[in-house]
Amino acid sequence: MSHILRIENLHVSVNDKPILRGVNLVIKFGETHALMGPNGSGKSTLGLAIAGHPNYQITEGSIWLDDANLTEMEADERSRAGIFMAFQRPVAIPGVKMADFLRHAATNVRQPDRKEGQDLIPMREFRKELKSKMEQLKMDPEFARRYVNDGFSGGEMKRAEILTMAMLSPKFSILDETDSGLDADAVRLASASIAEIGRDKMGLLIITHHDKLLEHNPPQFTHVMLGGRIVETGGAELARELHDQGYDRIRKAYPDAEAANQQMLAKEEPVAV
Amino acid sequence: MTTSTLTDRLGSLETFNQSALDRFLEKRIDPLWLSAKRKEAWEIYQSLDWPNPRDENWMRSDIRGLKLSKFAPNVDESTQIASGSPVRLLDGVDVSASARSVNGVVVSETLDEKLSAKGVVVGSLSRCAREHSGIVEKHLHSLICPKSDRFAALQTAMWSDGFLVYVPRNVRIELPIHLHAALGDGQVDLSHTLIVLEEGAEATVLFESSSPDPMASGFHCGGVELIQHGNSHLRYVNLQDWGKGSWHFAHQRASVGRDAQLQWTVAAMGSRFAQVDQRVQLVEPGASSQVNGVMFTQDRQHLVYNTLQHHNAPHCNSDFLYKSVLQDRSRTVWRGMIKVSPGAQKTDGYQRNDNLMLSDAARADSIPGLEINADDVRCTHGSTSGRVDEELIFYAQSRGFTRSEAIRMIVTGFFQQIFDRITIESVREALGAAIARQVRQYE
Ligand SMILES: Nc1ncnc2c1ncn2[C@@H]1O[C@H](COP(=O)(O)OP(=O)(O)O)[C@@H](O)[C@H]1O
Ligand SMILES: [Mg+2]
Repeated sequence: MSHILRIENLHVSVNDKPILRGVNLVIKFGETHALMGPNGSGKSTLGLAIAGHPNYQITEGSIWLDDANLTEMEADERSRAGIFMAFQRPVAIPGVKMADFLRHAATNVRQPDRKEGQDLIPMREFRKELKSKMEQLKMDPEFARRYVNDGFSGGEMKRAEILTMAMLSPKFSILDETDSGLDADAVRLASASIAEIGRDKMGLLIITHHDKLLEHNPPQFTHVMLGGRIVETGGAELARELHDQGYDRIRKAYPDAEAANQQMLAKEEPVAV
Repeated sequence: MTTSTLTDRLGSLETFNQSALDRFLEKRIDPLWLSAKRKEAWEIYQSLDWPNPRDENWMRSDIRGLKLSKFAPNVDESTQIASGSPVRLLDGVDVSASARSVNGVVVSETLDEKLSAKGVVVGSLSRCAREHSGIVEKHLHSLICPKSDRFAALQTAMWSDGFLVYVPRNVRIELPIHLHAALGDGQVDLSHTLIVLEEGAEATVLFESSSPDPMASGFHCGGVELIQHGNSHLRYVNLQDWGKGSWHFAHQRASVGRDAQLQWTVAAMGSRFAQVDQRVQLVEPGASSQVNGVMFTQDRQHLVYNTLQHHNAPHCNSDFLYKSVLQDRSRTVWRGMIKVSPGAQKTDGYQRNDNLMLSDAARADSIPGLEINADDVRCTHGSTSGRVDEELIFYAQSRGFTRSEAIRMIVTGFFQQIFDRITIESVREALGAAIARQVRQYE
């Protein structure tokens, strides 16, 4: 099986404010890519645009999953096509139990042609699978009965996102700072879980400031984003350099992008999405 | 809208008139006390005006579309024209007793013989008024005053039938009792439900109302009285699912005695207009009541709930939680009042109303209130209203849910807090299913 996620000259605006200014990126099934860059450079925006958040308008360019043009699809269709994003800030859905949520999600993703109202994965079968995945992630079984992200600690949320990924077995996963809320132990577990799904059975885009997740999942490629563009691409050593030395070299080397980045930050105003 | 035009509209072509009452009384075989009570209420009915739209309880109620002349009192024995009215609360439930009415007249009754031998009475209120006259005379319309408003007076005078559930001292009924009121298109239901639990008695009553077709019209003017003596336990579920062309007026009362417990679950989905005046009185120390309300509205439905939790005695507890989900151009009004009488110290009162709007054209009015005349009490209230959060929808969509599946799930989750409090599985499931069925595809 071989799949390819291709992002071509992607321009994205939020509320008519341009954020991504021509991103090109190709991720092949089985590859791990790191996406780094200073705050506000557009990393989350890229992920959300791929996932299909309706507030992130694609003004130019396209996103392809194999032969399918993702930009023409709703978020749920993209999910069913094999795209997954572990969010930096997942929202809570009060009153909806994790287990019920995941059962419905897994059914839809595994049966992309399922129509509304058709049967879900049988409860027993699903419970067994969920239980074993949760054991791998060393999650309390009680977790399944809690409401989605409701009252979760930062670490619990991130773990829940990893669990969701494990249950959905996507073709391509974007992990947006999934390691930032986790302690070293939890990062190890998350990595083990990624390994369990099989790094070779998915394409990974890991957005991170830290090297923890990357240590366990050494990237073949590291991309640096600044001012809404990918300004540099290297191997695992680039991730290490940025982690150790920060973005000073990058900022100096790409003054235009740095100016754009500053401009975006300056104009930053909170907008409800 | 002025009072006089409303009176004209409702009253000028009055079908609920003296000659209708005379014919009605003639056909009935009521004990004397009851006939006298009816006549007295009729006098009140005639002396009263229809509710004044400036009245606090009615100012958010629009009943201009009600044409009473289109309806006539159900004088003759009921025909079964309401057959096919769905029953939703019985799935997988064994019952100890059941009764069913059509257009406000009971057409069938069953009761477990063992319970009957213990003195339990379940069935037609008209029949029981004759056969168990003492019980009915003592309790009927003891909590509802015909002077409350013209609808209460009309109902007290012309109630056609309804249900009595009587549970004697220390009798515990394990299996639920099921009551079903069916209302045919264009028909009238002037029924009454009277439930009396003597000391230490225990029962679960599932009451549901429905029409043969979801858009059916009809006129319901009813009363509910739940009377609980000391240490009794009552779980009362009321699913109002009349056809969406129906008018629903009801006075619903509970009186809870010493250390007795009431759990009252209300699900309001039907009728084009409903005005419910619901009051729970905690009359002796240690009484406790929990009221769970679920409203789900669509189209131009307009549901008005005026609730009162009245603490008449110290050390009582009341907990009212109403949640509504509104779509299309529908409207809900919830006016909640906690009233604490002098001397009702150590009162613990709670009320809350949360509204979730699925469309911009929907409107929810939420008016909590406190009237406290004791100093050592704890009373809390609150309300929220808002639209479905688009971020939640996106989150679910990013996990493969379609937009409408996502909304349905969010709505179910919104009600979950109430479902969590309902321990009867069939009720939870029936309500969940009914709600899910009604959530529309919306953009
Ligand atoms: N929903 C939004 N509303 C307004 N501005 C936004 C929104 N999302 C992102 N932005 C802006 O886009 C820029 C990039 O943000 P983001 O993609 O979150 O950066 P990163 O993830 O690299 O820190 C920032 O200037 C941010 O303020
Ligand atoms: Mg970010």
